[in-house]
Amino acid sequence: MKIAITSSGGSMDALVSEQFGRCQYFLIVDSETMKFEAVSNLGEQMQSGAGPKAAELIINKGAEVLLTGHVGDKAEAALKKSDIIIVDGLKGNLKVKDAINSYLAKKS
Amino acid sequence: MIISIASGKGGTGKTTVATSLASVNPGSVYLDCDVEEPNGHILLHPQFHVEVPTTKSLPEIDYSKCTYCGKCAQVCEFHALINLGSEIFLIEELCHGCGACEYLCPEKAITEKSKTIGIVREGFSVLNNIEFYDGVLNIGEASASPVIKDVKKKIQENKLNIIDSPPGTSCLMVEAVRDSDFCILVTESSPFGLHDLRLAIEVLQILKIPFGVVINKYEKLYTELENYLNEVKINVLMKIPFDKRIAEDYSNGKMPDVFLTVLNEEFKNIIKKIHALVAVDHINTTLH
Repeated sequence: MKIAITSSGGSMDALVSEQFGRCQYFLIVDSETMKFEAVSNLGEQMQSGAGPKAAELIINKGAEVLLTGHVGDKAEAALKKSDIIIVDGLKGNLKVKDAINSYLAKKS
Repeated sequence: MIISIASGKGGTGKTTVATSLASVNPGSVYLDCDVEEPNGHILLHPQFHVEVPTTKSLPEIDYSKCTYCGKCAQVCEFHALINLGSEIFLIEELCHGCGACEYLCPEKAITEKSKTIGIVREGFSVLNNIEFYDGVLNIGEASASPVIKDVKKKIQENKLNIIDSPPGTSCLMVEAVRDSDFCILVTESSPFGLHDLRLAIEVLQILKIPFGVVINKYEKLYTELENYLNEVKINVLMKIPFDKRIAEDYSNGKMPDVFLTVLNEEFKNIIKKIHALVAVDHINTTLH
């Protein structure tokens, strides 16, 4: 399963970003192998429409789950259309790998 | 002649100045372009006789032709379209109706549909002999520019047109003041008034619109505003004193008595001053 997570850096040790559309990086993590792809977020500097643009990226990367702090209305509508599970409320003091591990632990 | 009334800061008295100017100039045309909360009608008491809906264009996708190539989402400057692979998802609030998606769709699968986003009201103020127009944006709509554009279609070239602009220095203010012969910037004697005035001045300089300043709620002790205006040589058209009676009348939906009596001549003179300033500006631009 592919999990997308908003991050402040390009590694699994980076801290989670609480912002969705304006985070620095998206990490697309394969939950079986824990291999990941880091995508820097072009939307960080965008004047408007950063959320929907980020949603499009997550959808195109084929993620099934999104872990983040908060998703805005417009992005949420797009993500739900693609049946992506949104897990929000993550705090920025958490490391990316810990956030993923705790999600996987809760799930199983 | 088109005179717009703008400000950086909200609540400095744009509508007060605009409605007063209109009322001392019978036969003028009043255009309330502050379409998010138009309130010129509260002071000018027009009788409305027509309401015309304003629409904006949105893309409509013909799925029998769409191949989900994603070109439309790619070219959308405002990220209003998202290619979900099985659907092209439109976020209506972000769409500016520019038509780029329709123009560039290789399958010609996109057509325009229109959506009502507000109304333009037409009326007449018998009391002041003023033609009155205003725009009202529907609650929840994000883009007000099309409504402002529709209000401005009512401009009548050979009359005095007074445009009440939205506050701030964003797209809406630009849309309202664009093509004016002159802009009156209403400010107040406060650091906030000065700060936002400077932003508004920057906009007008870029748009190359001549302007002057009206200082409302004038306070002699606050010298920074006037020091700045002197320094950059900006014309002060009028100073309106801080007077509780003005606020009281205004709050009761009345044109302030002080404006119609003590300050009446000064208001009438504003238009004369503007005519002179526009003429000077015209000479300067033709010489350079």
